[in-house]
Amino acid sequence: MTTTDAAEAPPPERLQEHFDATIARDQRIEPRDWMPDGYRKTLVRQIAQHAHSEIIGMQPEGEWITRAPSLRRKAILFAKVQDEAGHGLYLYSAAETLGADRADLTERLIDGRQKYSSIFNYPTPSFADVGVIGWFVDGAAICNQVPLCRSSYGPYARAMVRICKEESFHQRQGYELLMTMMRGSAAQREMVQDAVDRWWWPSLMMFGPPDDASPNSARSMAWKIKRHSNDELRQRFVDMTVPQAAKLGVTLPDPELRWNEERGHHDFGTPDWDELMRVIKGDGPCNAQRIQRRRAAHEAGAWVREAATAHAAKQAARGKKGAAA
Amino acid sequence: MTSDKQGWPLYEVFVRGKRGLNHVHVGSLHAADDAMALTHARDLYTRRNEGVSIWVVRSEYIAASTRDEKDPFFAPSADKVYRHPTFYDIPDDVPHI
Repeated sequence: MTTTDAAEAPPPERLQEHFDATIARDQRIEPRDWMPDGYRKTLVRQIAQHAHSEIIGMQPEGEWITRAPSLRRKAILFAKVQDEAGHGLYLYSAAETLGADRADLTERLIDGRQKYSSIFNYPTPSFADVGVIGWFVDGAAICNQVPLCRSSYGPYARAMVRICKEESFHQRQGYELLMTMMRGSAAQREMVQDAVDRWWWPSLMMFGPPDDASPNSARSMAWKIKRHSNDELRQRFVDMTVPQAAKLGVTLPDPELRWNEERGHHDFGTPDWDELMRVIKGDGPCNAQRIQRRRAAHEAGAWVREAATAHAAKQAARGKKGAAA
Repeated sequence: MTSDKQGWPLYEVFVRGKRGLNHVHVGSLHAADDAMALTHARDLYTRRNEGVSIWVVRSEYIAASTRDEKDPFFAPSADKVYRHPTFYDIPDDVPHI
């Protein structure tokens, strides 16, 4: 987009003041507003990481598209994985309003300079995993993302509104899938419990390290990029999920999990933070496979991108010739 | 704002939600040409009946006004109170005005 500076911007010393006042009034920052470098960098990092998570997040469930047990489940799974791609693209689009470049972001993902959510580095050995991902992982994503609809950066908040509308389908299809399996054979119920046992703790880790070990959180909250702390959101997820687990008839694998009348919340055990750090650093069960597949898809698609560019150039040249004649 | 490595320019996407409403900006995407931009916009921004019509335009063709929403550029619209109906005192007993 080209900007015509028909009128003068506020003088430099007032820029920070103006930015702070906009945040304080709970108004949104928009793409061409002045913003502190730290704010811009934090947003690009967070939005890119979020976008990468959506794109990598297509893989664990995508593996089940060809093996879904019915046409109904296959169609649902297709739609869901397509949504994940869409979410990634909304978010890349938001990152680009901050001056990030799409191709550069992709490069940063596949050469490991930018991260994605640790949760997508766990494998999906059974079809119950598809249900549990919808229930836990998309449920946790909803806890994280609903407050982001009020994030101070306009394009990010608007992308989150679209995404949240669609996540509700994701969570519900997962829970319904699990209800169906729980009505099935003893072996199917065991598959569900096994998937719950494997995904519960990694899902709690999705909210990030505990507040006292999350160095950037306070600044992000001051800027109103984030609205709630990691621990608050984790608590919200646990409180939301416990009654759903009871209704489904599965046991959440935490002996310390119990209702605390005084706090009005559930107490729960401590996730293995060393495991989270290992997975973030690249040593999870599927890190290498996820990136390798993303890289292969990107490289195998290069000729398509080039051919489309060549076709567009040819059409444009023909159009010009036609106009001249 | 074209990407050198990819070579596909950036497009802004506008969707008309239903008949009777304006097209509204919904986001952007990359495409090789206008036709691809329209089909990508359909796939990306209207998967659930969000639109009945789509406009796409290369981002570089949009001229934008200001750095900031509260810019002196818009000052002329703030100082003409006589443009608003409430500027005029009309007795309460005058009907339908």
